[in-house]
Amino acid sequence: MSSTNEDHVSNGTMPDDGIMRAADGTPLKQRLAKALRREKLRSFLLIAPLLLFILLTFVAPIADMLFRSVENNIVEDTIPRTVEALAQWDPEYDQLPDEAVFKALHDDLQIAVAERIHTRLGSRLNYESSGMSGLFRKTGRRIKRMDEGDYKAQFIAADKDWGDLETWRVIRRFSAPYTAGYFLSAADAERTSEGIELKPENERVYLMLFGRTLTMSIAITISCLLLGFPIAYLLAHLPLKTSNMLMILVLLPFWTSLLVRTSAWKVLLQQQGVINDFLVWIRLIDDANRLVMINNQTGTIIAMTHILLPFMILPLFSVMKTIAPYYVRAAKSLGANDWTAFWRVYFPQTVPGIGAGAILVFILSIGYYITPELVGGTSGIFISNRIAYHISSSLNWGLAAALGTILLALVMLLFYLYDKIVGIDNVKLG
Amino acid sequence: MKMKTLLMAAAASVAFTVPVTSEELEPCDNCADEMTIVSWGGAYSNSQIKAYSEPYSALTGVKIVNDESSNEAVAKLRAMNEAGNVTWDVVDVVASDAIRLCDEGLAEVIDPDSDLAAAPDGTPASEDFGDLLVSECFIPQIVYSTTFGYRSDVAEWNGKEPTDICAVFDLENFPGKRSLEKRPINNLEWALLCDGVAKDDVYNVLETEEGVAQALAKLATIKDQVVWWSAGAETPQLLADGEVVMGSTYNGRLFSVIEEQDQPVKMLWDAQVFDLDGWIIPTGLSEERLNRAKHYVKFATDTQRLADQAKYISYGPARQSSAPLVGKHAELGIEMGPHMPTDPANAKNTFLYNYEWWADNRDDLDAKFQAWLAQ
Repeated sequence: MSSTNEDHVSNGTMPDDGIMRAADGTPLKQRLAKALRREKLRSFLLIAPLLLFILLTFVAPIADMLFRSVENNIVEDTIPRTVEALAQWDPEYDQLPDEAVFKALHDDLQIAVAERIHTRLGSRLNYESSGMSGLFRKTGRRIKRMDEGDYKAQFIAADKDWGDLETWRVIRRFSAPYTAGYFLSAADAERTSEGIELKPENERVYLMLFGRTLTMSIAITISCLLLGFPIAYLLAHLPLKTSNMLMILVLLPFWTSLLVRTSAWKVLLQQQGVINDFLVWIRLIDDANRLVMINNQTGTIIAMTHILLPFMILPLFSVMKTIAPYYVRAAKSLGANDWTAFWRVYFPQTVPGIGAGAILVFILSIGYYITPELVGGTSGIFISNRIAYHISSSLNWGLAAALGTILLALVMLLFYLYDKIVGIDNVKLG
Repeated sequence: MKMKTLLMAAAASVAFTVPVTSEELEPCDNCADEMTIVSWGGAYSNSQIKAYSEPYSALTGVKIVNDESSNEAVAKLRAMNEAGNVTWDVVDVVASDAIRLCDEGLAEVIDPDSDLAAAPDGTPASEDFGDLLVSECFIPQIVYSTTFGYRSDVAEWNGKEPTDICAVFDLENFPGKRSLEKRPINNLEWALLCDGVAKDDVYNVLETEEGVAQALAKLATIKDQVVWWSAGAETPQLLADGEVVMGSTYNGRLFSVIEEQDQPVKMLWDAQVFDLDGWIIPTGLSEERLNRAKHYVKFATDTQRLADQAKYISYGPARQSSAPLVGKHAELGIEMGPHMPTDPANAKNTFLYNYEWWADNRDDLDAKFQAWLAQ
């Protein structure tokens, strides 16, 4: 301790404590950190516009859309007094709410009808219990003609459903500003008076569709890999001139419309189509027993494999391009036969390409809906077809958002598993 | 040269039986001079442009932009409304979508007697359209029907031809694949009709769990022979390719397969289900644009204009007063009357679609139907 102090003095202005210092005396480490920090700040500022753009136009809208899966302000906003009055009512008790609730409903609906928002609430509650939308539409027409006093009788006269306990239970159950209702529907479940239970068997669709979407996407990924690997190998090992030519053929489908490509498969695969005609002509099959290759899972897998094949070939090709030929040559000179050289030496080096291609194809196919809609019939449609239905036809955006959130979570989970098993740093696009 | 154009102009004006002069059209005060009209595209949009938009532009000088987004109009209107930037002025939708848009507060409420033109004999619009005014936001335009077409050259049928709807469920006499729409609407009703349920009872039966099960059980008897379609163009294509022997679609699509493409296909009008297509005006328009939209709609749905549209497409006008004015097809020169779903010979047995009932039960039954399809 004392000796360092002496050194300190003897060296003059520069403190010698074993720390490297810059000319002005600040420790070099500190200077470096500062410089690095400045560097980081500069690069952050450089990407800031892009980051902001992505946040505003990509992350925020998606988050907003996904938030709809739990949001349920509409009940409280449309009939606030009723919700408040209904809080006193015990849904287990076998009696209708009292006159105060009916009066509150009358006051609420009077305002809602004037603003024409009561039918919107009806549509929302109709998702949970069918008949609600008609109930609110009908009552809305009658509300102006209601007299003061004995609202209960007047409401029941307007529509007998107001005298049904279940109507009130549904309103009460869904009066909170947040709801798990959409997520429950998305998992084929519902909350009844007895708690959460699965829907009756003849109404369950979504779990089955999630399962089918995953298994068929895996099947599509595997068939893309089986078809794409030899093509990529060929492309990577042909002379540049020929391989460029072939590469154009691989990219050709990108230049045709998706709908045209899908419809072309219809022409080829249908029962009176080209392939069946040919097979009948060469007497391989009988005219009465033509093959069913479309409007089922086979059709979806064939058409989607064709559409997604380039996404498998391109990363495979660019990885194979970088594999130096002398590894295989070395293996062979050490006595390996063709298969061993390929399987033990060449193939492991293509794994990053396989990983990248498989992830690309899998994620694209999980969200596809146009092709399954056109060639999938009933057994080949995906969960995204139902999401599209709820977005554009039924306007049940809450359920669509819940289904979308679950799909996103599933993909992330699979991504995580992939990272654990294969390792994400093992993925290479080129 | 000048003479020739004059002659052509004269010929064109003869084609329009009753040309409207600008004096007859009431002026539009405080109106926008540009508007966007949304419709379905294809032959249907063309018929509207020829019958409504071109004469309207010629009379008023309004610039009309045509958009072909009707099949996604419901979702887009909601998105536009939430963003507070509605870019459409008049939108063509089917009646069930109009009900949904009206419920969601996305369509303007219309007063038929003040917003729509009366018939030439003075009958108010509310009576002229009658019970086709299925929603307070909806302005009916045409009546179309979902009905069956069948191939007239099927060897296995031994010269028999289907005459009633139940032939669809009769695999013994009429073997072969059929195409049906991939949704419960219409299919459940037809199934019940052919399972011994009286026409008036259909919706009462469907109201119950057992009724839905009964309808699905009837459909199950032909399930493995059905190709399910989701776009109206599919059945005509499947029929033309011989992929199916009969199939349901919109009657106008079958008209073009039979008359324009000359395929060996015939109409089975039995138990056709009438449906409506018409205009709605979106909410959230500025005052000038709203005035313009109302002015256009009033013109485009008057008695003569609705009859004019039938020259270009085989859909029946929604006004009673238009029916006698329906003439010949503008290009094919065939009499359009017998091709209208509303023609007495075709409308011997029709089924009335219950809008209110479907508005309430559509989501529920759709889930059941999809689950059944997937089994």
